[in-house]
Amino acid sequence: MEKFLQTLIDALAVGSLYALIALGYTMVYGILKFINFAHSDVFVLGAWTSFLVAVAAGWGDPQASAGAGREWVAWVLWAATIAAAVIAAFEYAAWKRRHPTDAFSLNRTRLAGSLVLVAAWGWAALGLAKMAGVVKAWGDNGLFSGLLILLCAMATCGLVGFVLERLAYKPLRKAPRLNVLITAIGVSLLLQNLGQLQAMFGTRPQRMPTLLPTDAPLATIANVKIMPVDVIGAATAVALMFLLDFLVHRTKFGRSMRAVSFNPTTASLMGIPVDRVISVTFVIGASLAAAAGFLYGQKYPGLNQTAAAVWVLLGLKAFVAAVVGGIGNIRGAMLGGVLIGLLEFFGAAYVSAAMRDVYVFSLLIVVLLVRPSGILGRPMVEKV
Amino acid sequence: MSTLRSRSVEMTPAALPTLVRSVWPLLVGVGVALALQFFAKPVIGDFYAKVLLDIGTSIILAVSLTMVNGFTGQFSIGHAAFMMVGGYVSGGIVYYGSLLAWGSADMAGGALSSMIDGREAPFLTWGDALFAGSLVAGGLVAAVCGYVVGLPSLRLKGDYLAIVTLGFGEIVRVLIQSQTSDVLYTVEEVKETAWYLMPTKVGGALGFSGLPFYSSLFWVFLGVAVTLLVAYRLKDSATGRAFLSIREDEIASEAMGVNTTQFKVRAFVIAAFFAGVAGGLFAHSIGVQLNPGELGFLKSFDIIIMVVLGGLGSISGAAIAAAIVTILPELLRNPEPLLKMWPVLAGLAAVLLVAAVVCAMTGRRARSLVAWMCIVLTLLGLGFGARAAAAAGHNLGDYRMILFALALILMMILRPQGLFGVREVWDRSLWKGIADSFRAPPKKGGTNK
Repeated sequence: MEKFLQTLIDALAVGSLYALIALGYTMVYGILKFINFAHSDVFVLGAWTSFLVAVAAGWGDPQASAGAGREWVAWVLWAATIAAAVIAAFEYAAWKRRHPTDAFSLNRTRLAGSLVLVAAWGWAALGLAKMAGVVKAWGDNGLFSGLLILLCAMATCGLVGFVLERLAYKPLRKAPRLNVLITAIGVSLLLQNLGQLQAMFGTRPQRMPTLLPTDAPLATIANVKIMPVDVIGAATAVALMFLLDFLVHRTKFGRSMRAVSFNPTTASLMGIPVDRVISVTFVIGASLAAAAGFLYGQKYPGLNQTAAAVWVLLGLKAFVAAVVGGIGNIRGAMLGGVLIGLLEFFGAAYVSAAMRDVYVFSLLIVVLLVRPSGILGRPMVEKV
Repeated sequence: MSTLRSRSVEMTPAALPTLVRSVWPLLVGVGVALALQFFAKPVIGDFYAKVLLDIGTSIILAVSLTMVNGFTGQFSIGHAAFMMVGGYVSGGIVYYGSLLAWGSADMAGGALSSMIDGREAPFLTWGDALFAGSLVAGGLVAAVCGYVVGLPSLRLKGDYLAIVTLGFGEIVRVLIQSQTSDVLYTVEEVKETAWYLMPTKVGGALGFSGLPFYSSLFWVFLGVAVTLLVAYRLKDSATGRAFLSIREDEIASEAMGVNTTQFKVRAFVIAAFFAGVAGGLFAHSIGVQLNPGELGFLKSFDIIIMVVLGGLGSISGAAIAAAIVTILPELLRNPEPLLKMWPVLAGLAAVLLVAAVVCAMTGRRARSLVAWMCIVLTLLGLGFGARAAAAAGHNLGDYRMILFALALILMMILRPQGLFGVREVWDRSLWKGIADSFRAPPKKGGTNK
């Protein structure tokens, strides 16, 4: 009974994180019909970013401050800001010469507009990181600065998702799907190996500072301690999922997302800005993965190097969750994540711990054989 | 009045010329392999012999993956798993076979399998026969695995094959890694163990240590010759045409009566066989310890990079890219030869740069040229990087994967068909297309008079 309850709690806590990562896979697949292999690396990036921010904010062991000496981030942001200003001036001057009487609008400066967006976004993320430090200095118990670190990681990874989509995937919008898939693998390799550089995170494993108390359980049921990290992690994940579900099914923007996923060409004929919808989809997916990265780091504080097989496997399992639930279906991804978590943890606890990855991938093969469109997915009819 | 039957007998070509025509490339291959083993190896020295050995293994892997990813247009990203299966089967047969036959697992091969100079040995021994047999056995087991994996997943369309092959690779790796028993060292231990337990005695996560080094330039390049020959013949056969039709349009080829699932599985099984053979060669290479961690998906990605860079569907392209991708890290680790080539590279890049600028200024088609220039510039950048890194005392090999990843992304954006596209190096149309990119474009709107 004790073992059962403990396994159930772990499975639900990790399964909800799988669901968060799976959402990113499933949203991108729903709209662009390709597997974003780089998504699991964005998850890893989220974990490492939150580690750097947490250490910089003063949590954890000050001796292990791998977060120091990342000034290049600020330099990049300054460069983007200045470049945006210069390009905006030129673009505006060129536009003004052609339209001497029109009023100014940001839409007139497209490249500069993107750069301004990127720079402002980066400064906002940096500001969140600074705020986390200030809050820690005030003597916070971990909840509030945890929230700030989470937001900072989400903002950073959202920015990375935006830039990746613009630079790597947008030029291939009309290319065959195989090319996009290969590009995604390339992006994934790039992120993994950039992360290993000494100027980024290095190859040494690190330990994520735990912001929540690890010795004070919230409640004890039949000798099983329910830890705050499990409850808060799962609650954050569920809250984010509800937010996303509301966004997709109840708002105007969500309607345009569903329209693009249904048929991009027709959606653009109906006046939906397809490129913008795709960008926002990437941003949302990446920031959800970053949230999962932070929460996972809180539950399992050991951070491996970015190319470690463990990390990549986590992302792959989340992908399996998306397929099992029915890829392209948002509620299916949530269901699949929890199912994969349950399968993995109960298999590991009751059958054999070494084979935990085998269960997940065997389930994938079984699902593909029996019901290729997933549990909640609708079978697709191919038209010529 | 001749019947259809007698007509077909008349039209059948004579046996002897057909036999000669079909066998001579293989004989040439054997000749090249022998020449490499007995004449080239003493000249180029141990280090380059080892590099050549690695290149050969990579070529087999890349060309076999070309059959699935290039010919058939499917996307398998678990090729290293078949390599791992073949390697472990072949390694197990050779190791335990020689333990039982000769009482020790030392190298018992002849001069044909030797990578060490000046070793007194007969030309061919029973050890060589065991090794060659084990390679085929490893390939066959890998092919069976390919059938088992391919049959369910190839029924599905799209990216699912990619996921399933990836999952399969992970399953194989985890299964081998989770074995906890050590490799057996003596004949008595082997005899005491039940036969059905033998597959578990492969060393687990620590790797299969103690495999004899049978892989020589002869065996590897014999494998290369056979693989290239099979791939090239396959491409022009009825089966190969079916593969290509699936790549071009799956629905159309199904409408023409091609059983797409069956042909996809066929391509998959052939590719798995050669990957298994390459795994056997890899397992017995000098300086290699067979290890499940080493053959994970990063190895699969390496093979994919070779295939994609070479051009999806080009056999010679895959082989050339395999050679480049294998040599590059060695060059980066020891940039001396690259530094010597520096003036040549710089000159080439300068010429291409001027040509591209002239093309762009005169409004000529320069897209393909720009892509080729990117490749040259990459090489140039490597040269610069190697100089800078050597001066600063860094090992540029650490940045290898970053460069490959960038090359992969840029390639997909600028020249998605890879270096050679679906054509071979000796196709005139390939070079004509490149030459055309220097000439003026056809005038727009002037064609329909």
